[in-house]
Amino acid sequence: MAIIQDMMPAFELFQPASVNDALALLTKHGKDTWVLAGGMDSLDWFKDRVKKPKVVVDLGQIKELKGIRQQGDGVEIGAMTTLTQVSTNSLIQSRYGLLAQAARKVATPQIRNQGTIGGNVSQDTRCWYYRDGMPCYRAGGNTCYADTPTAMNREHCLFEVDRCVAVSPSDTAPALIALDAKFVIRNSKGERVVNAEDYFIGPKVDIKRMTILQPGDLLTAIRIPGAWAGGRFYFEKVSDRDAWDFALVNVASAMIVEGGTIKQARIVVGGVAPRPFRLKPVEDSLRGERVSEETAELAGQTAIWGAKPLNHNHYKVLLMKNLVKRAVRGVKV
Amino acid sequence: MEWFRRERNPWGQEILIGLSWDLIWVAVAVGALLVVAHALLYYWRWRGAGAGMITESLPCSELVEPIKQLPEKILRHSGASRLFHWVMAVSVLALLFTAFLPIWGIKFPWVTAHWIAGLVLTAAIVFHVVHASFWKGLSLMWISSQDLSDGWLAIKQVLGSAVAPGKPGKNPLENKLFHHVVASATLATIITGLIMMAKIDTLWWKRNPYILSDDTWGVIYVVHGVGSVALITLIMAHLYFAVRPEKRWITLSMLYGWISRERYLEHYSQGRWPAGGSTSAATAASAAKQSEAGSQRAGAS
Repeated sequence: MAIIQDMMPAFELFQPASVNDALALLTKHGKDTWVLAGGMDSLDWFKDRVKKPKVVVDLGQIKELKGIRQQGDGVEIGAMTTLTQVSTNSLIQSRYGLLAQAARKVATPQIRNQGTIGGNVSQDTRCWYYRDGMPCYRAGGNTCYADTPTAMNREHCLFEVDRCVAVSPSDTAPALIALDAKFVIRNSKGERVVNAEDYFIGPKVDIKRMTILQPGDLLTAIRIPGAWAGGRFYFEKVSDRDAWDFALVNVASAMIVEGGTIKQARIVVGGVAPRPFRLKPVEDSLRGERVSEETAELAGQTAIWGAKPLNHNHYKVLLMKNLVKRAVRGVKV
Repeated sequence: MEWFRRERNPWGQEILIGLSWDLIWVAVAVGALLVVAHALLYYWRWRGAGAGMITESLPCSELVEPIKQLPEKILRHSGASRLFHWVMAVSVLALLFTAFLPIWGIKFPWVTAHWIAGLVLTAAIVFHVVHASFWKGLSLMWISSQDLSDGWLAIKQVLGSAVAPGKPGKNPLENKLFHHVVASATLATIITGLIMMAKIDTLWWKRNPYILSDDTWGVIYVVHGVGSVALITLIMAHLYFAVRPEKRWITLSMLYGWISRERYLEHYSQGRWPAGGSTSAATAASAAKQSEAGSQRAGAS
C-alpha cells in the first residue's frame, strides 16, 4: 500500500488568470507540469506521493473557463464549471437532463461543489493497484497486478482489455458521449474540437493515458449540440454506496422517440471498459424498433456480447445487461 | 542517459523494469556511424583500388573448358531459403515498428500485431533451423580457420597491406559473422518474447505474470530490449549493404535465387563453394587453381 501522508512533495505552484497564460506555462514546463482543476483527483495523487510533479498549474483563477453559455442551438460549458453548477443549471436541467442527473450522482455535495466537469472527465482510473503505487503497465511497469489468478478485480473491466484492466471512473463522461458533446482542446499551436467519444483512449492506444490530452494541452470547454436537447434520457449508476463512491457500472442513454418508435439512440456504459463504452451495435439494433419489453431485453442481450469477465467481476455482465435493458425500457431522468 | 528503466514499488524497493529507451537513439547513432564510416572508407580506399567494384568478367570463350560447363545461372538461394528470408524480414520489421513507433510517440494498438508477428518469426526460425540442420548443412555457416585467416588478411588489406585474401566460399566471413550476431539478437528477443506470452490470455492458458518474480521479469525485459535495440543497428547496416550498387547483385539473388556465372567466378572460390552440384571435381580443381592464381596476382599488385 502506498503510504498516505499529509505532506505533499514540494512543487512550484502557478495560478494563471487567463488561458493564454496557462498555455504559456504548460508550454514552458512541458512534461513536468500537472494541471490542477478542482483538485479532487490531484490531491490524492500528491498526498500519496505517487505523482510528484515539479510544477502545478492551478486553473482556479481563470474566469473564462467557468460558466454555462448558450451557443447556437446548443450549450457550452467551461471546463472549470463545478459539477454542482452543471447539475443545478436550469438550461442543463431543462434541455440536457441526462447530464444534470449524471453530475448529480458524482460523489457528494462537497465534492461536487469543488470538482469540475473538466476534471471529472479527465480524472485518472481508480484501480487500486495503480493508485497505490504498484509498478503496473499504466505506471510504466511490465505487469497488470489486477489481472492475475489472485488479483482482486471486482471493479475492473469486461471489454477492451489490453494488458491493463482498469476502467474509466467518470459519471459525466458517458452522459456527454450519449449527448454527442464536443470537447474543445487548446494548446500553444491553437484550438481543436474533438468528439467526446474520441477524447477517451484505451490502453490499446496508450496505456499511460486515459484521454488524448498531451503535455501542453488544455481542455477548455465542452459543447453540447442541440440535436439531442429534450430527448428521452436515462441515467443510472450502481455503486456500493449511494454517495461518495464510484460507479461499479453506470449507463447513459439518449433517444429520439416518435410515436413510440426509436428514431435515434446513443447508449454509453461506464465502469466496464478502460474508456466509456459506447454500444453501437445496440444503437443500430434499436433504430426503428418500438419501445417495448422485448426490444429492451434484446438490447440488454446485445450489450454484453463479447464481455470477458475477470475472476471477480462476473456480476458486472448481468448488471450491465439489466442497466441497458432499463435504459431502453424505462424513463428515469 | 540511463541504461535501465527502474520503478519503485509500494514498499519503496527499486525494481528493474527494462532497458532504457534512450538506447534506441544510441543504436540508431551506431548504425548511422557504421554506414557513414563504411561509405567514407569505401570512397577513400577501396573505390580507388578497384576492390569490390563491378568488373567485366572474362568472356566465356576465355574460360577453361570445365568452367564452360557451368550453367549461366548459379543457384545461390533456394526457394525455401528465400521464403524464410523474406518472412523473417517482414516479421522483424513489423516487430520493430510495432515496438518502437509507440515509444517514439506514434500511438496505435500495437500489442496484438506485435505478438502475432513474433509468433510468425518464431515459426520461420524453427523452419530455418530444421532446414539448415537437415537440408542445407550447418557447415555452410561454420567459421573455419581459413575464414579467420582470410578475415585477418582482409583487415590488413584495409590497413594498407598488399596481400589480398583468397576468394571465399558461399558465405564470406563477414556474412557468417553478421548471421551469427543477428541470430543471437533474434533468438534472445524471441525466447524472451515467448516467455512474455505468459502475460496474455490465449486459448490454452490464462495469463499469469506470477510465474516469475518482478526482478526476473525485469531481466527478461532487459534481454528482450537489448536484442530488439541491437536489431535496429543490424538492420540499418543490412539495408545499407543491400542497396549499395556494388552489392546489388547479391540483393537481387535473394529475390531471384541465382547469380550469374560471371559473378560466381569473380567472387567465389569454386573449391570452397562448388556450384549447384554441376561442377565436376576437375572443374573445382581448375577453378581453385584460377582462384589461387588470382590471389597471387592481387598480392603481387
